[in-house]
Amino acid sequence: MSDAVSLPRSAAALPETDAPLLPLRVRGLTLGFGDETVIDGLDLDLGPSGCTMVMGPNGSGKSLLLKLLHGLIRPSGGHIDWGGQAGDVTRRQALVFQAPVLLRRSVAANLDFVLRARGKDRRRRVDLLEHVGLSHKAAQPARLLSGGEAQRLALARALATDPEVLFLDEPTASLDPASVLAIEHIVSEARARGVRIVFVTHDVGQARRMADDVVFLHRGRVAEHAPAGDFFPVPQCQAARDYLDGRIVV
Amino acid sequence: MQDLASATSLALQLVLSGDADLVEIVGLSLRVSLSATALACAIGLPLGALVAISRFPGRGAVLIVMNALMGLPPVVVGLLVYLHLSRSGPLGFLGLLYTPTAMIIAQTILITPIVAALSRQVLEDLHAEYAEQFRSLCLSRWQSVQALLWDARYSLLTVGLAGFGRAVAEVGAVIIVGGNIDHLTRVMTTAIALETSKGDLALALALGIVLLVIALGVNALVQGLRMTAARQAYV
Repeated sequence: MSDAVSLPRSAAALPETDAPLLPLRVRGLTLGFGDETVIDGLDLDLGPSGCTMVMGPNGSGKSLLLKLLHGLIRPSGGHIDWGGQAGDVTRRQALVFQAPVLLRRSVAANLDFVLRARGKDRRRRVDLLEHVGLSHKAAQPARLLSGGEAQRLALARALATDPEVLFLDEPTASLDPASVLAIEHIVSEARARGVRIVFVTHDVGQARRMADDVVFLHRGRVAEHAPAGDFFPVPQCQAARDYLDGRIVV
Repeated sequence: MQDLASATSLALQLVLSGDADLVEIVGLSLRVSLSATALACAIGLPLGALVAISRFPGRGAVLIVMNALMGLPPVVVGLLVYLHLSRSGPLGFLGLLYTPTAMIIAQTILITPIVAALSRQVLEDLHAEYAEQFRSLCLSRWQSVQALLWDARYSLLTVGLAGFGRAVAEVGAVIIVGGNIDHLTRVMTTAIALETSKGDLALALALGIVLLVIALGVNALVQGLRMTAARQAYV
């Protein structure tokens, strides 16, 4: 993978509007399916930069929170305020799913599709592939990529849209350590270019490596939100302490 | 009446010798049915894709109608097209009755519902996989349709093949609007019906053999394409 790439600075250099998306202010966010409430009056504030790691046990609402913030799901109640923006903000964000959905075409064509659909310069495909270390796979069918390669392509596709906020939903689940590090490297570079990162993970080691701050979810609420330097040594809530100690949290 | 063995022998001679009448009939059949298939795909595929990705009141009723229209009786389609194209009909001034164009119109009407209904099912399944990613990428409805049609291209070949099979094998519609006129609108199925009624089983059998070979050839071609695509994980 290349360290010196000619990718545009996402948040700073190519804003689609002058008004910033951040800070994010969420109040009383609720999501329910039938009688079940899965996000329960959640409050959250995110600052303008950095990498927020979202942690918590299965079923705590991490993936749903990302989809709510990205506008893929409508909340049952509450309020999401992206920097006071009134319109649709999804276009200024990108989400990388745990299981990447790649089109049934070549690696290069997957990127070409997004660049064309979003009105970007298609010549950037070369740089993007170089950036994620997939230049040599450009002509290969995307669905024959390994898990790590597929996730790197999904990341390249997300970065092709020049997002101001990049959501990552367990992008390294089930990947080997080398693939995990490769993806963390790409995400760190995006963060350094000014992209706001919101990263869901179950991997405590990864959270320690990547986090500027940690949001710990439990039963559909923010049980704790603290800077990484405060959270990992002395988590304030019992659920987070149990989680970090490897005890079962339900 | 010829017995089956001699009729088959004569039929093979006609096929192998490239009999001029046979070639003309086969050529017109292919021209009409391929044109109808192309038109039906041009209309039915985007229609199927739009219904596949859209949610609107009455969608269930639309699906029922689309599926029901797959069973359109060819003679009813032929009769409706005849009524429209006959001299006293609303489109009579076009002078299309008893022409290959009229046959193409009838076959297009017959197979467009098949293409639309089958492609809707194929594309709806694919869209279930892609929908969230498409929403995340903020694709327009038309961009989503284009992407789905392209990514399902190998499965849709089979849909097109089903339409072509229905078109090339039907007799009821084309005989009403084409009239089975020698050297003008005679196609394989209408010729088979005519020659059989005349007792000329050799030509009827020869045409039947060609029809079967075409069906087998097109199926083999599509199957080959799908296998190649599957190896490349494009299906």
